[in-house]
Amino acid sequence: MTVLAVSNLAKRYRRGGKPFAAVDDVSFEIGRAETLALAGPSGSGKSTIARLVLRLIEPDAGRIDFEGADFLALSGAALRARRARLQMVFQDPLAAFNPRATVARVLDDPLRIHNIASRAERPRRIAALLERVGLDASLASRAIHEISGGQRQRVAIARAIATRPSLIVLDEAVSALDVSVRGQILELLLDLQRQERIAYLFISHDLGVIRAVAHRIIVLDSGRVAESGDARAVIANPQSAIGKALVAATPRLTRSRP
Amino acid sequence: MNRLRRFLQTPEAIAGAIILALLIVMALAAPLLFPGDPQAIAGPALLPPFQDLSLPLGTDRLGRDVLAELFHGARTSLAVGLAAAAAALLIGSVVGTLAGFAGGLVDDVLMRITDAFQTVPGFLLALAFVSIVGPSLGVVVAAIALGAWTGPARVARAEVLSIRERDYVAGARVIGMHPLEIAFREVLPNALPPVLALSSVIVAAAILTEAALSFLGLGDPNRVTWGGMIAEGRTVLRTAPFLSVVPGIALVLTVLGVYLAGEGVVESTAVRRSLS
Amino acid sequence: MTALLSIRDLSVRYRRDGVGALKGVSLHVEAGERLAIIGESGSGKSTLALAVAGLLAKGAVIDGTIEWTIPKSQTSHSFAPLSVLPDISPTRGEIEPSSPLSPISNVVGEMPAAKPPISPLVGEMSGRTEGGAVERQPSHPRDTIPHLGRDIGFVFQDPSSSLDPVMPVGKQIAEVARAHLGLGWPQSMTLAKTLLDRVRLPSPDAVLYAYPHQLSGGQKQRVAIAAAIAAGPKLLIADEATSALDTIVQAEIVALIRRLVAEDGMTLLFISHDIALAATLADRIAVLRHGELIELGETDQILNAPRHAYTRSLLDAHLGLDARPLLDRQGASA
Repeated sequence: MTVLAVSNLAKRYRRGGKPFAAVDDVSFEIGRAETLALAGPSGSGKSTIARLVLRLIEPDAGRIDFEGADFLALSGAALRARRARLQMVFQDPLAAFNPRATVARVLDDPLRIHNIASRAERPRRIAALLERVGLDASLASRAIHEISGGQRQRVAIARAIATRPSLIVLDEAVSALDVSVRGQILELLLDLQRQERIAYLFISHDLGVIRAVAHRIIVLDSGRVAESGDARAVIANPQSAIGKALVAATPRLTRSRP
Repeated sequence: MNRLRRFLQTPEAIAGAIILALLIVMALAAPLLFPGDPQAIAGPALLPPFQDLSLPLGTDRLGRDVLAELFHGARTSLAVGLAAAAAALLIGSVVGTLAGFAGGLVDDVLMRITDAFQTVPGFLLALAFVSIVGPSLGVVVAAIALGAWTGPARVARAEVLSIRERDYVAGARVIGMHPLEIAFREVLPNALPPVLALSSVIVAAAILTEAALSFLGLGDPNRVTWGGMIAEGRTVLRTAPFLSVVPGIALVLTVLGVYLAGEGVVESTAVRRSLS
Repeated sequence: MTALLSIRDLSVRYRRDGVGALKGVSLHVEAGERLAIIGESGSGKSTLALAVAGLLAKGAVIDGTIEWTIPKSQTSHSFAPLSVLPDISPTRGEIEPSSPLSPISNVVGEMPAAKPPISPLVGEMSGRTEGGAVERQPSHPRDTIPHLGRDIGFVFQDPSSSLDPVMPVGKQIAEVARAHLGLGWPQSMTLAKTLLDRVRLPSPDAVLYAYPHQLSGGQKQRVAIAAAIAAGPKLLIADEATSALDTIVQAEIVALIRRLVAEDGMTLLFISHDIALAATLADRIAVLRHGELIELGETDQILNAPRHAYTRSLLDAHLGLDARPLLDRQGASA
């Protein structure tokens, strides 16, 4: 079953007076509990696609169907209500939260906005969310800037799952994390996917990470789809020039295994 | 505590703080030290200063105690200055936030209104407003705020324009937060610091404007004001200059104190920023 | 091999939080080697780089010594070339605490010098300022200690904040050459053009007069590298210099650094969180954790026979193109 279907998406910007296509005729689908990776060098349009899908920016052309309905047709309160099902986790968890916020406030907002829990019930729900992402419930009273980067990203994931979404856009969500933390966060994401049947649009420039968690991959070059297919097959045998360049540039640990 | 220590590092800031503290003490102590109406007759008319111990700064043309008037005038000056500045900052940051966050037509309309206010001198605006509505403390405060909110509005808008592009604003939109809540709960509090840095200038200007209005007889007639005292002394300037000079000095020191203290605050926050 | 610098028992504590950023690190950097310093956030790897460059913030409390040795291998004469370590008298090793570089830095000839008193007043710089850092270093008479910009080139993570946004990049590079090589403007600009060519920027003539915002992230980092090597430093420090770049540009920058280091015979200190990336470049790898040096060895040995469990966990956490996907592991356990 298809959660998100994007067809012929296009977005143009002006750079130095000249129009250029940030996203050019991109189409893809994501099924329930599926991870689709968007790979490509910087400037290839990965993040623009993420923002278009989330309607943080509006496309110049194309169609976005989310859970079987025209997502671009929504506006105002209807759009805000629908957003509960389509969430996002950013690269830098410090920048993704109001610098004055506490963990509790960050998690309280989605529960309050979408009437998921009454005011009296919310502290309990917040504690449950924190525990779901592997954090101690006592963290709720801490300020966002006081906790570690890995903890912050877990809070970001807790906020994203608070409204029980069917799709989460992960925009370089593990790129800024330490490798040891990164593994744990990826495991958490996979665990959530299995339990809650969440689909991921996984944006990354790191093929190693993509290969570890994604089912399918789309390789982008200058806003266009260069190639797509099964993640492991594409990475093992890239066909496009940009795909080959990405694979060649990925650092390898040449270990003579015992 | 650390903040206070850093604030008190420069002699200017210390001087400003002392002047402001004295002024606040004067304002608070006025009803205790000089109970009753400061505009009541307390002794012979035009008594020079330092002649009578009970009237150390002498009396004016109508025999009112100048020292009592000075103390009660401090209340008015401070109250009007702070209230007008608070109103200007409030209006300015709300308008600036709406303009910067909404963008497009809302931004254009609000900023053209701001332009319109900015092209008329603030004092003329206040003068016209008080002449039409009639003098009272509230009207004077509103009149002064009317000419002072444009600065904060521009600063707030510029700050909001940069903040609204940050990830956490996008994050708030993604969870479905209402745009007004995003503007006033997420964006505005983080846009405030540079706006608040304007407050000392605005308070000082408001105190001066209030004095000027009172000097022209457009202050609240039921209150003693320094501007009113200067105007009162003007007619006997040659025979009793102290009647104008004393409140004049008070006014100069107050404005100086507000500036210096404000400068100290800005400096100490700048130091803190460069440290972190 | 001679050690270019010997770090002995180096501890750094930032006064604000009081936590030790480095705890008793001892390390020799051989002249001409490529040494990678690996660690996660909070490991102290950047603090170590800043300490070597004398760029630690004022609030840092420092203990231990960093001793420099004149590389004699460069020429057959006892003189070092101008661009290396000029005016260093082997008999004068002591430095004043007011020197612009870290007071713990210490140049010695053949003999190690007496340890100078440690002063908390370290370098005037407050950190992340590259490019600019080179220029803003206060001018002072040629002294006997390694000088940031002249003897040490430093490349920071973020090229956008390390370059002056309102100065043409050619001028920024020329400024370094002018300040440290005593060249005039015309020669400095010529040198800047040569350097832009060496860091493989397309059409150096045009880039010379370009402003940083007109360049891409990778191009800016190339400019920053050109500025760092402008005065012909002996030591190049790259502090997470490729972390803000995408994989393809990262590989290009690493190749560039490798080539420049080989061509100029520079010693390289490559600071990174990515052990796989570091392994592609380094002769030796030092692993830092919580401010302590926990393992140091040849790259081969670190990769194939790590002694410390933490090093092993770092290697295991690497998600390479040959690793078993987490998806499968999950599937297996479910």
